[in-house]
Amino acid sequence: MSEVLSSSRKTESLPDRKIALLDATAGVFAKHMPAILAATGLVVLWQFVVWFFKIPTFMAPAPVDVFLAFRDNAGILWTNLLPTVLETILGFIFGNLVAILLAIWFVHSATAEKAFYPIAVFIKAIPIIALAPILVLIFGNGLAPKIIIAGLICFFPTLVNMVQGLKSASPAMLDLMRVLSASNTEILWKVRLPSSMPFLFAALKIAATSSVMGAIVAEWIGSSFGLGALIIEATYNFRSPLLYATVVIAAALAVVLFFIVSVVEAKMVRWKPGGTH
Amino acid sequence: MQGAVKLKPTVPVPEPAAASAVSVRHLHVRFGDRNNEFTALSDISVDIPEGAFVTMLGPSGCGKSTLLRCIADLIHISEGSISVFGRSPREAREGRDFAFVFQDATLLPWRTVLDNVCLPLEVGKRSHNGDHADPRALLEMVGLKGRENALPHELSGGMRQRVAIARALVTRPRILLMDEPFGALDEITRDRLNEELLRVWQETGTTILFVTHSIPEAAFLGQKVLMLQAHPGRVKEFKEVDLPFPRSLPVRDTVEFIGVTAHLRARLEECL
Repeated sequence: MSEVLSSSRKTESLPDRKIALLDATAGVFAKHMPAILAATGLVVLWQFVVWFFKIPTFMAPAPVDVFLAFRDNAGILWTNLLPTVLETILGFIFGNLVAILLAIWFVHSATAEKAFYPIAVFIKAIPIIALAPILVLIFGNGLAPKIIIAGLICFFPTLVNMVQGLKSASPAMLDLMRVLSASNTEILWKVRLPSSMPFLFAALKIAATSSVMGAIVAEWIGSSFGLGALIIEATYNFRSPLLYATVVIAAALAVVLFFIVSVVEAKMVRWKPGGTH
Repeated sequence: MQGAVKLKPTVPVPEPAAASAVSVRHLHVRFGDRNNEFTALSDISVDIPEGAFVTMLGPSGCGKSTLLRCIADLIHISEGSISVFGRSPREAREGRDFAFVFQDATLLPWRTVLDNVCLPLEVGKRSHNGDHADPRALLEMVGLKGRENALPHELSGGMRQRVAIARALVTRPRILLMDEPFGALDEITRDRLNEELLRVWQETGTTILFVTHSIPEAAFLGQKVLMLQAHPGRVKEFKEVDLPFPRSLPVRDTVEFIGVTAHLRARLEECL
């Protein structure tokens, strides 16, 4: 009897779940309907303009041509995407890690902050595109200069935000930790780092998108692989549909990284900053 | 001496015990440099009896908080001495003799209520005795049973301050230093917390030194009221409050209570 009941419940619950899933999907669509309509409208408009004014494909390909370019060049796009992803992720990790460690050092040593903060600002002031040839001369044509540039582009926003975040712990909280005779390490782990998380994630979201840009810019200069190299190659050969497809892929990579950072943030920062002040 | 100090009377006696929890001698505190010096406290000498509930009252800028912070080893003493159960404030801090409750609850917003109460057990030198109160029992005592897993932003201001009190009590401090803990709360919440604080005091037998701006609060809570006056901060009066314990809110409508507050108000006005 119970078996019958449970099995009948199972058959009932499955469509229920499907319906719930459909509802959720429909909900997401309903929420983003204006954005979806606007994007679709623009693509249609683009197709129409290219077709109406008879714009040659090498100048500006129609959306359909770009779509076909994805199919025809899937292999090239994929092999060039992988190194760019690798450079972006490694640059993202190293750039942010160095920035976070430096920020921790600055917060504990006013002298270190005074000595190195201006240098960090100076590095930030150098145009990345001017730095790329220098790094290629030093590190050659491999992955290293790309990782460094992707890292450098993440570095500064994270450093500034992290220093601010580590200093955002209220004086009362620091007094509390002092009354508890907490060591500097304990203050760092229990108060400063947690309170810096909203600041850190604000910077990581910027870094997620700009590190892709850093890697691509680095690939423009003396590189034979990566999305950046593919952009240059496609441009010089007037393979405009491929160029556009590459740009779309690069943008998608940045969006995916941004999305991952946002998901991690939602998991890690469940409290409301300033909720108890 | 040491043995007597360790005793924690469950019901405090109205007259001060022989031992003093805090003993301040000729305390001077100055801020600023030589050219622009500001004397916050001048020649303060006072004894806080063990097990007592002492409230500190005075006009703004009289140095009430400064005195409390000196006892808590948060401010450097320029001259004189403070002893907390016969030890320096620093030793007392490291030995967890006192706990501090701030005006702001200063809960860590990413920690649950229970984890906030447990914070003092996780940090600091392990030299203090392992003796600590049960965090869940403390939360029950301050009326927050069932909210252990709430985050601070989900609680009202009064509830957050209750968590702060539970956190202060978790190390079983021998003295509780409270710096206007209910100053930012509405009057009804403040009244209720006043009554609850008296109950906590009687249940734990902890010495309490309580800074406040409010004359009724000082009179209602304190066995003794320490009144300071400003420019420079010095002791105006250290007065016994002749009202029987246990006290409840209706005591504030009695002639005796009004007599005490009238006296305090008159003395406070002399300070201006």
